[in-house]
Amino acid sequence: MANENVAGSEDIVVKKKKRSQWAEVWDRLKTNKMAMIGLGMLVVLVLLAVFADVIADYEEVVIKMDTSIRLQGPSADNWLGTDELGRDIFARIVHGARVSLQVGIIAVGIAIAIGGTLGAIAGFYGGKLDNLIMRAMDIFLAIPSIMLAIAIVSSLGTNMLNLMLAVGISSIPRYARIVRASVISVKDEEFIEAARAIGAKDSRIIIKHIIPNSLAPVIVQATLGVAGAILSTAGLSFIGLGIEKPAPEWGSMLSSGRPFLRDAPHVTTFPGIAIMITILSLNLLGDGLRDALDPRLRQ
Amino acid sequence: MSNEFLKIENLHIHYVTQEGTVKAVNGINLELEKGESLGLVGETGAGKTTTALGVLRLIPDPPGKIIDGNIYFEGKDVLDLTEEEMRKIRGNKVSMIFQDPMTSLNPVMTVGEQIAEVIEIHEDVTSAEAKEKSKEMLELVGIAGNRSNEYPHQFSGGMKQRVVIAIALACSPELLIADEPTTALDVTIQAQVLDLMKNLKEEFNTAMLLITHDLGVVAEACDKVAIMYAGEIVEFATIENLFTDPKHPYTVGLFGSIPNLEEEVDRLNPIKGLMPDPTELPSGCKFHPRCPHAEAICAEKQPGDTDVKENHRVRCFLYTGEVERKEEEK
Repeated sequence: MANENVAGSEDIVVKKKKRSQWAEVWDRLKTNKMAMIGLGMLVVLVLLAVFADVIADYEEVVIKMDTSIRLQGPSADNWLGTDELGRDIFARIVHGARVSLQVGIIAVGIAIAIGGTLGAIAGFYGGKLDNLIMRAMDIFLAIPSIMLAIAIVSSLGTNMLNLMLAVGISSIPRYARIVRASVISVKDEEFIEAARAIGAKDSRIIIKHIIPNSLAPVIVQATLGVAGAILSTAGLSFIGLGIEKPAPEWGSMLSSGRPFLRDAPHVTTFPGIAIMITILSLNLLGDGLRDALDPRLRQ
Repeated sequence: MSNEFLKIENLHIHYVTQEGTVKAVNGINLELEKGESLGLVGETGAGKTTTALGVLRLIPDPPGKIIDGNIYFEGKDVLDLTEEEMRKIRGNKVSMIFQDPMTSLNPVMTVGEQIAEVIEIHEDVTSAEAKEKSKEMLELVGIAGNRSNEYPHQFSGGMKQRVVIAIALACSPELLIADEPTTALDVTIQAQVLDLMKNLKEEFNTAMLLITHDLGVVAEACDKVAIMYAGEIVEFATIENLFTDPKHPYTVGLFGSIPNLEEEVDRLNPIKGLMPDPTELPSGCKFHPRCPHAEAICAEKQPGDTDVKENHRVRCFLYTGEVERKEEEK
C-alpha cells in the first residue's frame, strides 16, 4: 500500500507552487491599496535619503549660509524656498530624511533587540523570571517615554547616537510586552513540545521555533514604532535636544523657523509636511501589514 | 537495576493544581523488549499520554510531577539523568509521534528543514548532508523528495503525519512512542499510516509504544497490550491472550461494548457509569463502582497484580480468590 502511494503522491505534487507564508502575506498586502500607497511613499522617502548626496551636496548646499537670499519663497532655484540663513529647504529636507529614517529605524532596532530578548525570556520561562522582568518593564512604562528620552539625552549629551539610544530605550517596554504575549501564545503549541521531543535545546526552540512564529505582531508594531520614533526625534530636536546644528533635522528646522511663522510660513510648513508624509506612510503600511498578517482575515 | 530494554516500575505522576491534585498515573508497571511493540489502551484521561511523556521526561512542570517510581531505559533510570543526557536520548534513541499532525509541525519551517533539524541535533553532519538525508526520509515514508522545500500547510493530514513519522525515525531510534498517531486521520488514511509504521518499525527493528483507544489498531500493530484505567494498568498480556481470554472486568466490558458485525442489535452495550474524576479517585480498586462483580473488599483494598498465565497479569480480586464471580446480569 505504501508503495502505491509513493507513485500517487509524485503525480499530484509536481505542479504545486512553492510558497512560504511570507509570500502569502505579500500577496494579501498587495491587494490593500492604502498600504501600497504608504509603501510607495516610503520607498520614495528611502530613495531620497539614500541618494541625498546626489540630489544636493552637503557642504555646498545644505549647510552653506547665504543671507542675501534668506527667507525667500519657493522658486525655480530653490524649489521649496530658503530658510532664515538662506539655505535651500528642499535640500535640507532631503538630508533630514536621512537623519530621521536612520534614527527611527535604528532606535526601533535597539528597542526590539533589547525588549524582544527580555520579552521572549519572560514569556518562555515564566514564573519568577517573568515577574521580575515584566515588573521592571512596568516601572519603565510608568515614566512618560518622552520624559525618559529627555532625561537620557540630557545626561548623555546631544548627538545622533545618544538620540537613537534615548528614543530606543524609552520604547523597550512596549516591545517586551508584545513579544512576551506572542511567545506565551506560541509556546503551548504542540510543535514546541515536538521540538522538545526531538532533543532541541531551549535556545534552539526559542530562536528557530518560537520567534519566527511570533514575529507578526512585532513587525506591525515596529512599522508603527518607526513612525513614533521619528516623531519623538523631531520633538526632541524641536526643544533643542536632537542633532547638533547645523545638521538638518526636521524637528529643529521647525523650531528655527518658528520666529518667522508670520512672514515666511514655508520655512516651517515644508518640514512639517515632510514629517506628516513619513508618519502617514508608515502608519498606512503598518495598518496594512496588520491586516495581512492577521490569520483570521486569511482566505 | 534491570537489563530490560524499557521497564517502568511503580510509576506515579500527579498534576498538582489549585483545584486539586490530578492523579494521572498511579503505580504502573510495564516491560518492553527490544523490537517489540506494546499497545497502551484506555479511555480519554486514563493517563496514557502522561505515561508516554514521562518516559521522555516531558511532563509539563508545573503542574506535572513524577512522584514515585523508576523508568529504566537500556538499564539506566531516565529519572536520574541530567537534562543534557536526556536531550541526547530524545529524538535519537527514543522519539515520539504526536497525536495531531496538524499542530505538531512548525508552520513557518519547510518539512525538509524540520526533518533535517533532528538529524543535525543528533548526528555529526553538515547541513547539506542533513538536507540530503531528510529527502531520503521523505521518500521512505512515501512522499516525493522534491517536496522537501514545501511548508506543512501545503500537505494533507495523512501526508503531514508521514512527515512526523519521518522526523521520528530520522535518527533510527530504539524506541518509538506513538501517541494516538491515527486518531486525527480518517479511516483509510489510518490504515495506510499504520501499515507504514509497521513496515518501518520492522525495517529499523524499533520497539514501539503505541497509545490508542482503538482495540482494532492494537490488534493490527502490537505484540503486547496494556489496558489502562484511571492511571493504572489493570491488565497486561500478549495480544493472543488478551483477545482470546480477557480477564479483567474492565477489559471484558471494553470488548462487550464493541458491536458485533454479524449480530443485529438495537443498542450498544457500554460499560455502566463514567470514568472517575481523577482528582477524587475511588478507594480500593478504581473500577469497583462500575464493576459487575464488585464486593465490599473491592472498595476497601487495592488489588495487587496477579499472574494468571505466563505474560498475562491482572489487577483484580477475582483472580486472587477473594471475590466470587457473579453471573453477568442482562
